[in-house]
Amino acid sequence: MSDIIRRDPRKEWIARNRLHPEHLEVLAELGGGASPSEWTGPSGLTRRNPHAVGFIGPNGIKRIDRSGAQQAANQPGSRQAQPKDTRRRVEIEAPAFMVAVVPDLSGGRLSSHDRDLLGLARQLADADPERPGAVLAIVFGTHKETTFGEAGVDRLLEVQGDAFSGYLPETRIAALQSVEREMAPHYWLLPDSSLGGGELGRRLAVRLGERPATQVWQVEADADTDTGWRCTARGAAGTTDIARAMPRVVLALAECAEPVSETRHAAQPVELAQALPEVLGRIEDMGEVAVDPASVSLAEAEFILSAGNGVKDWDGYHHAAQVLGATKGASRVAVDDGFMPRDRQVGATGTWVSARVYVAVGISGAIQHLQGIQSCEKVVAINLDEGCDMIKRADLSVIGDASEILAALVARIERYREEQQENRDAA
Amino acid sequence: MQHDAKSSSHAGLNVAVLVTVGRHPVTARARRADQDARAVEMALSLNDAAVRLVHAGGNGDDNEEALRGYLGMGIGEINLIKQASSADVVPALVTSLRDMAPQLVLTGTRAETGEGSGLVPYLLAEALGWPVISGLAQVESIEQGVATVLQALPRGKRRRLRVRLPAIATVDSSAPAARQSAFGPARRGELAARACASVPDELQEQWHVQPARKRPKRLKIVKSASARDRFKAAAAKADSGSGQLLSDVSPEQGAEAIFNLLKEEGVLR
Ligand SMILES: Cc1cc2nc3c(=O)[nH]c(=O)nc-3n(C[C@H](O)[C@H](O)[C@H](O)COP(=O)(O)OP(=O)(O)OC[C@H]3O[C@@H](n4cnc5c(N)ncnc54)[C@H](O)[C@@H]3O)c2cc1C
Repeated sequence: MSDIIRRDPRKEWIARNRLHPEHLEVLAELGGGASPSEWTGPSGLTRRNPHAVGFIGPNGIKRIDRSGAQQAANQPGSRQAQPKDTRRRVEIEAPAFMVAVVPDLSGGRLSSHDRDLLGLARQLADADPERPGAVLAIVFGTHKETTFGEAGVDRLLEVQGDAFSGYLPETRIAALQSVEREMAPHYWLLPDSSLGGGELGRRLAVRLGERPATQVWQVEADADTDTGWRCTARGAAGTTDIARAMPRVVLALAECAEPVSETRHAAQPVELAQALPEVLGRIEDMGEVAVDPASVSLAEAEFILSAGNGVKDWDGYHHAAQVLGATKGASRVAVDDGFMPRDRQVGATGTWVSARVYVAVGISGAIQHLQGIQSCEKVVAINLDEGCDMIKRADLSVIGDASEILAALVARIERYREEQQENRDAA
Repeated sequence: MQHDAKSSSHAGLNVAVLVTVGRHPVTARARRADQDARAVEMALSLNDAAVRLVHAGGNGDDNEEALRGYLGMGIGEINLIKQASSADVVPALVTSLRDMAPQLVLTGTRAETGEGSGLVPYLLAEALGWPVISGLAQVESIEQGVATVLQALPRGKRRRLRVRLPAIATVDSSAPAARQSAFGPARRGELAARACASVPDELQEQWHVQPARKRPKRLKIVKSASARDRFKAAAAKADSGSGQLLSDVSPEQGAEAIFNLLKEEGVLR
């Protein structure tokens, strides 16, 4: 919906004329929905009708709810409900220097790690208001992100081409080297994530001949150092903190800085003057491999169907896991009773899992078990007992007999697969 | 490329594994480093491969004990390049890898002591002019100087890569776990020490190292124009018990709800 206020003089006239037969309807319409208590008057001022506010309470007395809850509930999607854009626009015409950021863009969007990193880049760029720097984001291949400006990007370099869709670190490094040659960024910031920026950043630093700071989680101004910044980095597998002068290339951890929230930047597209060099890649990407969910180790699994003492029909459970394509887990009781192998035990004395979806079938949620699923995103519980602790942890709980629900779920998924197959055949 | 793979057949594959002294995360005792031990395990699982272990660093009593952990995996000797404790080990490793000329070098992703930056494999690759890949999960085949390997992606996914040998590959915790270290072989094995000039790491001496501090927890800052929203956000309880509870439903309805959640999360294939 456009935000421009369109005025209809006739309706405004009717709104002023209380004796007009359409007066009430027009009031309601101008008021933006159910309550005719507020409308925009002819001069653009907001007019209120105090008699039209409120509602009749259960005992027949008129109530006025000034907390706004009533109103918000009454006018979904009205103009007031939309958050106003209060960000300050910032444009940096002639930057004194560049801070280059190579976000991971996992799944084609800026991750929260990327946003934190852009926040850090802004800190470095905006430190001296006399000499503002610009944040340059370099993104490879196609992406779905549209909010680079909000994340704090002044200049956006999109390196396109088929060559950048797969895993081709050597080609990417060659492109980043071109950026280094043409734009000579003052700093290079990359997320220290295991398979994106962490790897690319190390390759880049080595290629540029810079000694990077890795696993950086804090950056502070410090006039004594060469760059004017000091950083704190994790060392020795996360057991030590190394305080050191900040080098040119920084690989930072998540939450290294606050993401940008108050300003909006230009995200002005830039391009490289010269074409990218051809690189003879020595690493060839053959694509992702389908893995059998049963062979995935529990700690890595994305989707776990976990069985506890409440599972009676074990054949049904194994069948369900197979149909769902889920990795199997178990509570200690299921393991001790010999229904599941020991390496499938989830919990304090088993594996700590970090699945995106964890389905607990007939598991009561003992603290030793809940500890193991702390970092799971979504937990689904299937249980007979409405009061058990797993239900309190779960995002979705279904009360009922496990074998019946699993059987129904299997049937539902088989139907879904069939529908999909038909769609594919039809297409 | 200046370094060509010498043998084109798989037989007689020459593998070097770079090993370091690890540190137990709880007891802080010196031990074989977990990822390095996985790299040794991977090298041992290759058919017809001659596996050599290389360690560059000091060899105190502690270190010897830890290094013998690798010997206990069924390896005859470790090539020990003696270095001062504050030395930069990359030059020494480059020289010794040039001499050894392995087709494949395996390392852990990052060390458990010292800076632990995980840069060594990349520095070596740059100095030797070899390709480097990270997160090696499995070596599928090696034919005519080209290795087909699986790279571990998050969430148990795998990617197949072909890489020209000689190459360096790092191994992380998604590789198969290392076998136990046996006491007898660990005693019998040999640490073949060799002296090598050490290059001091000057930059590192300026750093200030201390035990890791707990990172401050990020505060949830609510930027909202309306006081009501700010109050609601500040007074809200930590999200608990917010889950949806379906009781008294038929199994089919319950299954439908679960199915919708699974579909929304995109875990159904
Ligand atoms: C030192 C120590 C370490 C431990 N470590 C672990 C650990 O690492 N991991 C772990 O899991 N446990 C661990 N335990 C054990 C833990 O305390 C619990 O005993 C165990 O988790 C309970 O398993 P459960 O939920 O499967 O069984 P129960 O507690 O028996 O729960 C069974 C649940 O199934 C439900 N149910 C029954 N029938 C049905 C049905 N037909 N349909 C649906 N639901 C049904 C019941 O309502 C109940 O909620 C540890 C204990 C100790 C002392």
